[in-house]
Amino acid sequence: MTDMTDPSGAGQVLKVSDLSKSFGALQASKNITLDLRAGEIHALIGPNGAGKSTLIKQISGELRPDSGSVSLLGRPVDDLDRVARARMGLGRTFQISALAMEFTVLQNAVLGALGARGGVFRFLGNVMRDKALVAQAEHALERVGLLSDAKRRTADLSHGQRRQLEVAVALTLQPKLFLMDEPMAGLGAGGSQALTGFLDTLRHEAPILLVEHDMDAVFALADRISVLVYGEVIATGTTEEIRNNAEVQRAYLGEEEPV
Amino acid sequence: MNREKLLNTAVILLLLAIPLWAHMAEEPFLITLATKVAILALAGVGLNIALGIGGLVSLGHAAFFGIGGYAMGILAAHAQNYEPLAEWPMLIEGTNQMPVIWLVAVVASALAALVIGALSLRTSGVYFIMITLAFGQMLYYFAISWTAYGGEDGLSIWVRNEFPGLNTLVPLEFFLICYVILCAALWFAARLARAPFGLALSAARQCEARVETVGITPYQLRLTAFVISGAITGLAGALFADLNRFVSPTMLSWHTSGEIMIFVIIGGVGRLFGPVIGAALFILLEHLLGGISDYWQIYLGGLLLIIVLYARGGVIGAISGREVAHD
Repeated sequence: MTDMTDPSGAGQVLKVSDLSKSFGALQASKNITLDLRAGEIHALIGPNGAGKSTLIKQISGELRPDSGSVSLLGRPVDDLDRVARARMGLGRTFQISALAMEFTVLQNAVLGALGARGGVFRFLGNVMRDKALVAQAEHALERVGLLSDAKRRTADLSHGQRRQLEVAVALTLQPKLFLMDEPMAGLGAGGSQALTGFLDTLRHEAPILLVEHDMDAVFALADRISVLVYGEVIATGTTEEIRNNAEVQRAYLGEEEPV
Repeated sequence: MNREKLLNTAVILLLLAIPLWAHMAEEPFLITLATKVAILALAGVGLNIALGIGGLVSLGHAAFFGIGGYAMGILAAHAQNYEPLAEWPMLIEGTNQMPVIWLVAVVASALAALVIGALSLRTSGVYFIMITLAFGQMLYYFAISWTAYGGEDGLSIWVRNEFPGLNTLVPLEFFLICYVILCAALWFAARLARAPFGLALSAARQCEARVETVGITPYQLRLTAFVISGAITGLAGALFADLNRFVSPTMLSWHTSGEIMIFVIIGGVGRLFGPVIGAALFILLEHLLGGISDYWQIYLGGLLLIIVLYARGGVIGAISGREVAHD
């Protein structure tokens, strides 16, 4: 295993140490160690069923690991649920869109802004007339290119647009780091290129742990790549190192065309 | 104004116009029917906050309806017998003043909803339905065995309670009290749905993961909604007992929970006026079909099936289409 993790721990926004998780006989995560540093995009790639989503869920707090530890911003968060981790500044997008489908696009974004600001227990004023919340929501929609669709019902959006909305909702939280689970899936070539350009600038606001099957996007964006196969990180390194890593080629890139 | 708002306006005006006409035509029975519609609609407005916005399928709302009813029954019974409720640690007398009774009914049912909700909201889906049902039945059997307040036979109040400045014995005046309370509850429910709380509660129904991911805990939202919901249904229970001048364990039985839920579904779950239209249809069918056959609820069941299968938004949905997302 090629270990490229920064031993000093400086600038680590996220640190995953020795994480393991089994579902019955299936070991979905095997002693996974990786980190995310300020200002970077760290891509997580691997064939289907490699355990990428399982790992993301353990970082976000949806799943509890069997052993190992997760730290956010230098603080262990193993005993915090996902609400608490979200409040610490973890912004997450889902592989399968998790949005309020009956809402308009704008309402979904306003929900994010409301979660970030707090004050949910207000029973009278119209939330969609709250200028500060709506401005924050519209700004996020504009950044992902969805502002012209603000009044549409979320259920009527294409899959690609739902991914964009997921990113926009995460932006309203003004998170300290992003976990993005296949944000490019379902986007056409043009949309994928636009989002790639956007994520490229976003890394300076907050680092991104990016799970993505679109290899063009991964190699264009990633500062570092970790390759996950059968629940194990077989290599971590720069795009160049991963491209030239014999083990990676054997296990993944060479034998099997990424899906 | 869109179609749904037109329909709502027509319904609320009609509900006022019919008793006014009946008052002049001296048809007090019609006024009683309209009063029953207003009170049941109020109970439904309460349930609709939990069920419609929050997606909490509570089969135990009879508990709050009945607690409101017993709050009225117990306070009024002590007042009519001139027996204090308690002499120690302080003297507490019964009362026949509606505002005091309402306050007690709202506080008692809110507290019950807090306890029942805190326990049952740890579960979801069919378990939530069963636990709320179990709590409701627990109170039902308790009321049956509570002989101090009539047990199985219930508790009769000879004279309707009083409201300052009004003569509640005049059917129209009592109707107007119930009507104004219904309108206030509808106003509150409409505001609640658009408020930050309503947005988050609705989102938690649609997608729990989304709400948690933006840092909001669904449990607290749902518990708050359940308490508000129970309190409104409890207030309806106090009025219902006052309408009949009688309270019995039937108010607490699961049939009552089922009836409230059925007419909310018929009217339109999650639609502001769903409970009003549902309650009106329910009373109308009971009155019209009940005269033909004792088994009129068979027809109600048929109607419910048709609506559940073919009209997801209830009668309101069938007439005015999909809910317009408000902005």
